[in-house]
Amino acid sequence: MNWITPLLLFVVTWLAVFASTQFAPLTGWLGVPLAFVPGVIVYAALTHHLLLTTGLCIFAGLGVDALSANRLGVSVVPMFLAGFIIHNRRHLILRDQAYAQFWLGLATAVFVPLATLTMMSFGQREPLRGWSTVWQLTLSGGLNGALCPAWFLLFDALRRTFDYQPVAESSFRPDRQIKRGRF
Amino acid sequence: MLKRAHYWALGIVTVLTLLLLNLPPAAAGRLKLAVSGVFLPLFGLAGSSQSFVDRASYSLLTRRTLISEMERLQQENAQLRLAATQAQDAMNENARLRAMLGWQPKVAWKRRPVHVVGRDPTTWWRSVTIDFGARDGAAVNQPVITNDGLVGRIRTVGPTHSEVALIGDPECGVSAIVAETRDNGVIQEARSSAVGDGYVTFRTLQNSPTMMAGHHVLSSGLGGIFPKGIPVGQIADARTVEGGLYTEARLRLSANLNRLEEVWVLVP
Repeated sequence: MNWITPLLLFVVTWLAVFASTQFAPLTGWLGVPLAFVPGVIVYAALTHHLLLTTGLCIFAGLGVDALSANRLGVSVVPMFLAGFIIHNRRHLILRDQAYAQFWLGLATAVFVPLATLTMMSFGQREPLRGWSTVWQLTLSGGLNGALCPAWFLLFDALRRTFDYQPVAESSFRPDRQIKRGRF
Repeated sequence: MLKRAHYWALGIVTVLTLLLLNLPPAAAGRLKLAVSGVFLPLFGLAGSSQSFVDRASYSLLTRRTLISEMERLQQENAQLRLAATQAQDAMNENARLRAMLGWQPKVAWKRRPVHVVGRDPTTWWRSVTIDFGARDGAAVNQPVITNDGLVGRIRTVGPTHSEVALIGDPECGVSAIVAETRDNGVIQEARSSAVGDGYVTFRTLQNSPTMMAGHHVLSSGLGGIFPKGIPVGQIADARTVEGGLYTEARLRLSANLNRLEEVWVLVP
């Protein structure tokens, strides 16, 4: 792995955090912002080192908090916990299967807001929540679940493009070469 | 079994979170502004691309459409000029009468047009980001309105952008009055976290049996943030609560908070 793939992961996270503040007509119609970050966390946790996943969760959490009315730092722990759990169990997960990616994306998109809401309920400002929160979590989970395999396709394509390619094993052995000649 | 990297990751996140959550509010606010600065290039890019798309769409309009639109605007302009002259006369008369009675003169608010450049990425706050910052004259608590009615107030101010708490957010209480019955009340935080429904709860300070659906609610001017007389919404339905002590109404907001693109900031 070279440094381009992690850099691209951070750039995509930067764009994903910003994108979740945009598309007002669509988000207004759906009643929920388009959160793209959970799928990126799933990909990073399944394919990269834990410290890189941690850095990504910190970056995404701080970005979401900075662009929202959240207290700075409150989203970092839920995102990290999601990444940490997936990374720890990655040997049990069929990461190449689309249905596994779907369920991981869905679970992360539901877990992160729920954990953030739980953390904020201990704070001074009470966040808005009600029955519509259930609808928002369901919709956000479904969207992220559907989007997660797409993230895998995108990042795998980027990885194939920018990463070092494995050297193909050749069957040629110089010590077994038959030398032909006069002697 | 946890490895060394796991302990490092857990340690970094724990220390960072404890540090950030225990920062004094002023320092946390400054740090938040610094972090949000990372996204400023993207806000600029989104704004530029939006204006480019708008300009490109203008070039597709036909000459006939432009001429008919211009004629309509000229008629509207003439009517508005007449209304403005009448309003100016009324204002002058009001100022003279206030001076005769020895009342304080009314503060004239200036309207600054601004763009909404982003929405809150979470579902549990109602806020938007506008491209109007401290260097443009923004200050905390300045009211934000549209042509339809009240939108909210500025919550935090950055150098180039500000965050607006919308009506229904826990940090945007509005003191309001029913135009028809003159009942005073308070617009409380929304029960639902979705902005999309367009309703908030309005509770009067006493039981108001005459209040009914269709009545208009305006800002009362009490509380010192919002000027008096800005349309807030229309009552959808009302009911008596807490043993007949208060009346609670569902208020349909005048401004569509889902479709905010351009808003006005009221600057004193």
